[in-house]
Amino acid sequence: MLQILIGGEAGQGLVTLGDLLARSLVKSGYHIHVTQTIMSRIRGGHNTFSICVGRERQTAPREPVNILVALDEDTVRLHRNALVPDNHLIILDEGVSIEAENCVYVPYKKLAEERYLNVIALGVVASLLGLDKTLVGDAVAASFESKDDAIAQANRAAVDDAYAWATQTAPATIVALEPAQPADAPRLVINGNEALALGALAGGVKFCAFYPMSPATSIMLNLARHADIMGLVVEQAEDEIAAINMAIGAAFSGCPAMTATSGGGFALMTEGVSLAGMTETPIVIVIAQRPGPATGLPTRTEQGDLEFALHGGHGEFPRAIFAPGTIKACFEQMSRIFALAEASQGPVILLTDQFLADSYQDIEPFSIQKTTPPEPVLPSDTSQLYSRYAVTDSGVSPRRIPGAGTELVDVDSDEHDESGHITEDLGVRIKMMNKRLRKTRILLNNIVPPDYSGDTNPDLLLMSWGSSQEAVTEAAARFRDTGKRVGTLHFSQIWPLDPELFINHLCGAGRVVCVEGNATGQFARLIRRETGFEVHGHILRYDGLPLTPEYIMGGIEHE
Amino acid sequence: MNEHTLTIKDYGTRETAWCPGCGNFGILSALKQALLAAGLAPHQVLMISGIGQAAKTPQYLNTNFFNGLHGRALPVATGARLANPALSVIAESGDGCMYGEGGNHFLAAIRRNINITVLVHNNQVYGLTKGQASPTSGTGFATKAQPHGIHSSAFNPVAVAVAMKAGFVARGFSGVKEHLADIIRQAIAHEGFALVDILQPCVSFNKVNTFKWYRDRCKPLPDDYNPQDWHTAMKTAATWGDEIPVGVIFESSAPSYESHFPVCQTGGPGSGPVDSEAFGRVINSYA
Ligand SMILES: Cc1ncc(C[n+]2csc(CCOP(=O)(O)OP(=O)(O)O)c2C)c(N)n1
Ligand code: SF4
Ligand SMILES: [Mg+2]
Repeated sequence: MLQILIGGEAGQGLVTLGDLLARSLVKSGYHIHVTQTIMSRIRGGHNTFSICVGRERQTAPREPVNILVALDEDTVRLHRNALVPDNHLIILDEGVSIEAENCVYVPYKKLAEERYLNVIALGVVASLLGLDKTLVGDAVAASFESKDDAIAQANRAAVDDAYAWATQTAPATIVALEPAQPADAPRLVINGNEALALGALAGGVKFCAFYPMSPATSIMLNLARHADIMGLVVEQAEDEIAAINMAIGAAFSGCPAMTATSGGGFALMTEGVSLAGMTETPIVIVIAQRPGPATGLPTRTEQGDLEFALHGGHGEFPRAIFAPGTIKACFEQMSRIFALAEASQGPVILLTDQFLADSYQDIEPFSIQKTTPPEPVLPSDTSQLYSRYAVTDSGVSPRRIPGAGTELVDVDSDEHDESGHITEDLGVRIKMMNKRLRKTRILLNNIVPPDYSGDTNPDLLLMSWGSSQEAVTEAAARFRDTGKRVGTLHFSQIWPLDPELFINHLCGAGRVVCVEGNATGQFARLIRRETGFEVHGHILRYDGLPLTPEYIMGGIEHE
Repeated sequence: MNEHTLTIKDYGTRETAWCPGCGNFGILSALKQALLAAGLAPHQVLMISGIGQAAKTPQYLNTNFFNGLHGRALPVATGARLANPALSVIAESGDGCMYGEGGNHFLAAIRRNINITVLVHNNQVYGLTKGQASPTSGTGFATKAQPHGIHSSAFNPVAVAVAMKAGFVARGFSGVKEHLADIIRQAIAHEGFALVDILQPCVSFNKVNTFKWYRDRCKPLPDDYNPQDWHTAMKTAATWGDEIPVGVIFESSAPSYESHFPVCQTGGPGSGPVDSEAFGRVINSYA
């Protein structure tokens, strides 16, 4: 297993290079996991695209680097300390004089025009790793084909030149990948936000409104790309308040609907969350977290909005909150939550973050067979007497779509009676509050239990939620290799919680440490609030970078 | 329902919570007349409102309704309409709700030219919260919140809408019911964004712009007025003083927003099953 880190300025074509290299590796039969760190600017700065690659499944980001593809000098300076001693390589421009071992100096300027720099770098790395030249050339040509055939061919030629140079001139490399067999079936190369978009399509989404905000935007861009063939409407709203209100309007008039934003946009949406709770309108909200407060670090990662997702919106009403831990779980949870929103007639929130949004993996193609879009809402034949908010034991009143039949569907953000009309009858108020709150039972009956793995009654239990799942799993595995008895408990649903499902794991462990990407231990606090159980330690990260196995292990060792 | 001949009674008669003498009564009754004239059965209509005295109107009508949040009638209406283009969607609220709290949505809805009818009860004051200044209150209008009179200038929604070449722009007066009903009927028939700014006395909190004040000033447009002429419409829209023109001030034939969405041409996105063949193609594009 190796880690290839590509570093450079924004505007150097680093993501194209990384993406093509990752896809070529997958086509060659390897597994990959990609992590990106990005600065909030279109040109300059320092960005990275890191690919963990190997013959085994790759899951978590890692810190040690084997191949450093430095598109500028800064990259060498910033990342040389992460290089694995005796098993690394630095690929850089021949014009850069840096005192370092194992450098491959590429004569970029002699090989091609500047605009082909990234493709030359791709060719050199691919050649050194022993990837098939035609396979890489095809990947490059395919990615430029839609633009212009001549450009596609020029890029393929740049790959050829890079291969020719690397095979003849480059020093024999000391970093090697074990050969792999190309996969029989195609694998998706997909990031977290793409998985969410596909999950939404599989889950039956028909209406999406959004206002652009990193790191959520690409969910909507992916949906917009497929809107015509999947028969949905994607609308860029004038602001986040409009976005959530449009989604609510669409859901009310019959479409499974969603919106996606980051914490700052969710701040504007909170009145809408409350509106969905009061009007009992099914709606899905994705919050792709980035570090706050305020504008914070727009392109970095954090898990700082858990308590906000939990409490955003005035008044009391049921909600469910999910936080998938893997790219696959992004698809699976997203494909199910539209049905849950419909079943519970209220808001369902999914928390992701920049790390998961921009992480790539190769993955088996998703199947639509296992997904369950919401049952369509049908008109009744007993017209006139319909009451939108009929009080029932479950708290769920049969929903109707306005205009689908002759019954009238009336809903109100004011407290209302069963017919949906405004009321100040305080007895009715209590009945309606209780009716709405009874729907919590539906959410509890559909809980995704936390995932426990590892030794029973371990000495150390690592508790986590959301996107850090694989880093924690990897850290635990490495601890076990050193003879420690370690368990992991990961929550991919964080509300509502059913303590019965996990309290024994907490009480049975010698030491419980909560790992989370925020500064104050929000999830640990929630667990204490709901169970009275106080974790013994915290590993927190809030520098904008993702939790890695190395970070977690370092945290435990320094405890 | 096919057999049934619509009458005004089909839209219901409900007890209201408005002050006696309020201009809202005239608007409610003009709206019922307009719905009848448009031949719309109650279940074909979706009323969407925000919060305020005006925004209570749907509560007093037999139709579908979504009484949402203060300022947010237009985005809810936009979503509802895109989701289900078979519905006749009417957004109805006060001047504070539509032009103040919902100001950004007002501009965006005009730009989209989404096919909804927007009825604004413009009483130049915040009624429900007991008499603070609204965006359309005249300069100098004194209230308990603005004891020295307001220093801002008044928002002219009609002029803004005409300047933006909104699909259909009209001004009405709650005191001339037949005329108002006819304007609303035309607004509903218009395929695109249709604004009817309705001057409405608030007997409790606006002692300046009273029934008499409006009655003395509101003048119907001449019969030969041409609402297609934008330059004339701009001048008409800007006229506010001793004389206030009422009627259909501007109308354009720009295509409605919905007409650009293929899925809205075939009944709307609805909640149909997921097309698994199409989904397979989408998935393959990520391989
Ligand atoms: C978010 C929010 N802010 C403030 C209010 C309080 N509020 C209710 S109605 C209203 C103003 C009503 O004025 P207008 O829209 O002109 O309607 P009118 O009562 O005059 O018909 C305000 C400020 C609210 N309900 N919600
Ligand atoms: S406060 Fe004004 S607008 Fe409200 S009902 Fe009374 S008169 Fe009408
Ligand atoms: Mg008002």
